[in-house]
Amino acid sequence: MSIENGIEEPSYLDHIGKYKGIFSWIFSTDHKRIGLLYMFSILTFFAIGATLGLLMKFELIAPGKTIMTAQTYNAFFTLHGIIMIFAVVIPGLPAVFGNFLLPIMIGAKDVAFPKINLLSWYLYVTGVTLVIISQFAGQGPPDTGWTFYAPYSFRTTGSMLPAVFGAFVLGFSSILTGLNFLVTIHRMRAPGMTWLKMPLFPWSLYATGWVQLLATPIIGITLLMIVAERTMHIGFFDPTLGGDPLLYQHLFWTYSHPAVYIMILPAMGAISEIISTSSHKTIFGYKFMVASVLAIAFVGYFVWGHHMFTSGMSSTALYTFSLLTFLVAIPSAIKVFNWISTMHKGSIDLQTPFYWAIAFIFVFMVGGFSGLILGSLAANVHLHNTHFVVAHFHFIVFGGTGFAFFSAMHYWFPKITGKMYDSRWANIGLILFFTGFITLYGPMFYLGFKGMPRRYYDYDEIFHAGNIISTMGSWILYSGIAIIIINLISSLKSGSKAPSDPWGGKTLEWTVPSPPPVENFIETPVITKGPYDYK
Amino acid sequence: MSTTLETHRDDLTSKTGMWLFLFTEMLLFGGLFVVYSVYRYRNGVAFHLAARELSVAIGTINTIILLISSSTIAMSITAIQKQNKKFALLLLSITIFLGLAFLVNKYFEWGEHIKEHIYPGSSILALRGQGDVLFYGLYFFMTGLHALHIIIGLVFIGVIGVLIFRDKINSDNFVLLENSGLYWHLVDLIWIFLFPLFYLIT
Repeated sequence: MSIENGIEEPSYLDHIGKYKGIFSWIFSTDHKRIGLLYMFSILTFFAIGATLGLLMKFELIAPGKTIMTAQTYNAFFTLHGIIMIFAVVIPGLPAVFGNFLLPIMIGAKDVAFPKINLLSWYLYVTGVTLVIISQFAGQGPPDTGWTFYAPYSFRTTGSMLPAVFGAFVLGFSSILTGLNFLVTIHRMRAPGMTWLKMPLFPWSLYATGWVQLLATPIIGITLLMIVAERTMHIGFFDPTLGGDPLLYQHLFWTYSHPAVYIMILPAMGAISEIISTSSHKTIFGYKFMVASVLAIAFVGYFVWGHHMFTSGMSSTALYTFSLLTFLVAIPSAIKVFNWISTMHKGSIDLQTPFYWAIAFIFVFMVGGFSGLILGSLAANVHLHNTHFVVAHFHFIVFGGTGFAFFSAMHYWFPKITGKMYDSRWANIGLILFFTGFITLYGPMFYLGFKGMPRRYYDYDEIFHAGNIISTMGSWILYSGIAIIIINLISSLKSGSKAPSDPWGGKTLEWTVPSPPPVENFIETPVITKGPYDYK
Repeated sequence: MSTTLETHRDDLTSKTGMWLFLFTEMLLFGGLFVVYSVYRYRNGVAFHLAARELSVAIGTINTIILLISSSTIAMSITAIQKQNKKFALLLLSITIFLGLAFLVNKYFEWGEHIKEHIYPGSSILALRGQGDVLFYGLYFFMTGLHALHIIIGLVFIGVIGVLIFRDKINSDNFVLLENSGLYWHLVDLIWIFLFPLFYLIT
C-alpha cells in the first residue's frame, strides 16, 4: 500500500481484479503486468538460448567432434539464433521496460490499446512455441541458421515450416507492440509534455516503433513466401524455376538490418536515462540525442546491402551501401560523445546501473568500430563469414542490447518490484559478466582475422589456443549471468523496501511510489519543465 | 486530454492505430510488388503473353464490384451518423454480398486455370517455361493473399453488422465501423493495383 495525498491506492502488485492467481497475470491488460509477463518469458528463452551457446562453445573447445555432431551443431546455432534474435533481443527492451515504463514516463494511465498489448504477448508465446515445436516435429530440427537463406531453406529436410511461421508470428507481435507505442506517444502524453519535453527512453521507443511498423511486414511477407515455396513450389527464390535466391537476401535484410536498430535504439534510450540520473545532470545535447535517434532509425533502412557485399551486387550498389553504412555511424558516435559529456562535471553516483552503463559504452564502441571495418568493402571480402563477424554482432547485439538490458534491470528494479537489491553481489555479477564477455568474444576477432569461418563445429589446429580462451570465457560469462539473476530473485524476498526515487531521477516514473499504483498516477501530472531538470 | 481519460474512449486514437496498421498491410503487399517488378523486368515477354490468358472481363467485373462495395460501406457510415440504422444495415449487407460475389468470381477464375493444370507446382505449367511459372506463381500468391484479406474483411463487417443490430454501434460511437471501412478501402485499393498488373499490362 502506498499513500499519496492522503488517498490509499494499492500497488499494481497488490491490486485484486476480476481474476485470481496466475489468471490475474495472463488475463491482465495492465501494461505493468504485461511488461512483467514479457520479462519472465524473455528471461526464460534467454536462459535456453544462452545454454545452447554454452554447449556450442564447449563443442569448439577442441578441433573435431567434442560433444555433438555437425548436424546437431547446425541445429543448435539455428535455434540459438532464432530464439536470441526474434524472441529475446528484438522484444527485449521495448516489450519489457517499454511496456512497463513508457506510459508512466509520459504521464499516461496505460498504453493506447491495452487489449492489443495483451494479444501481442499471446502472439509472442505462440511464436516461440512454434519455433520450439520445430525442434521436435517432422524430420529433424531446422539447420539453416536464423537467416533462412534460400534456396537451402526450402530444400533442407529439417522441419522449417513451424520455425518460419513462428518467426512470422513473432514479427506480428512486434508490429503490434510498435503500433501501440506509437499511438500511445502521439495521443496520451500528459498535459504540457510537448515533444521536446519527452524523456529520451520514450523518444527511442518512438523511433523503434516506426522501425517495427515499417520494416517488420517485409520479413512477414518474405517468410510467407518461404512457406509458399516449401508447400507449393512457387519458384520465387528457386533458381531451377526462374527465381532468384539473391532477391531473398535483399528482402530478408531489408527487414533484418533495421531490426538491429529495433534492438539498439531502446538500449540507447535506457542508457541515456541512466547516465543522466547517475550523473545528476541534464543530458548533454538533448535535441541532438533526439535527432540522432531519428536519424539512426531513418538511415538504418538504407544499409541492408552491407550484409551482402560478397553475394554479388553492382559496384554502384556496393559503394552506396558502404558509404551509407559509414554515415549511420555518425549519429551513433554523437550519442556516445553526449553520454561522455553528460558525465563531465556531473556529480556521479557510482551505483550498479551506472557501472553497467559505462560497460555498455565500452562494448558498444568496440562493436561499432569493428562494424566500420566490416563496412569497408575490401576488408569485408576478407572477413565475411568469419568469426570476426560473430564477434562484431555479439559485441553489438549482446554487448549493446544485453548490457543495456541488465543496466535497465538494475536501474528500474526498485521501481518495478518495490525492493532494493544487494548491490555488492550485483557488482560481482557485473564484473564476471564483463570479464567473461570480453574473454568469450575478444578472441573471436583474432580468430576471424586469421580466417576461422563461422558456423562449423570443427576447425583447424592453428585456431586451437584462441578457442580454448573463448570457451573458458563462456563459463565465466554464464556464472556471471547466474549470479545476477540469483541476486535479483533473492532480493525480491530479502531486499529492503525501495523509496520512490532511489537514484535521484527526475523523470516521471520516480514521482510515483515503488511499486507504482494500478493506474500509475493518482492525479494526472502536468508537465512544465524539461525531462532532466537538475539545477 | 482530460476528458479522454474520463470517458475511456478516444476515436482519434483508434483511427490513428488503424491507419498505422494499414501502413503495415501496404508494406506487406509492397514486398510482393517489388518481387513482381523484378520478375516482370526479367521475363517481360513471358509475362506479356501470360497476362493475355487472364480474363479481362472477370477482372473488370470484380473491380467494379469492389469499387461499389467500397462506396456502400462508406455510405453506411453516413447512414449511422444520420441515425438510420436500418439503411446502414442494408448497406452493410450489400457490401458483404458484393464481397462474396467477388470471391465467387475468383473461385471460377481460379477453377478454370486449375482445370488447365495451371497452378504452382504443376508439371504442365513448368513445361511452359520459367516466365510463366513465375507469372502464375505470383498471380496465385498475390490474388490468394488478397482474397484472404477479403475474407477477413467480410468477417469484420459481419461482426460490425451484429454490433449495429444490437445498438452497440450507433450515431455516437461508430469508430469501429469507420475502421472496418478503412480496412475495406485498403483491400479495394490493393486490388486496384493488382488488376492492371496482372490483367491489363499485356
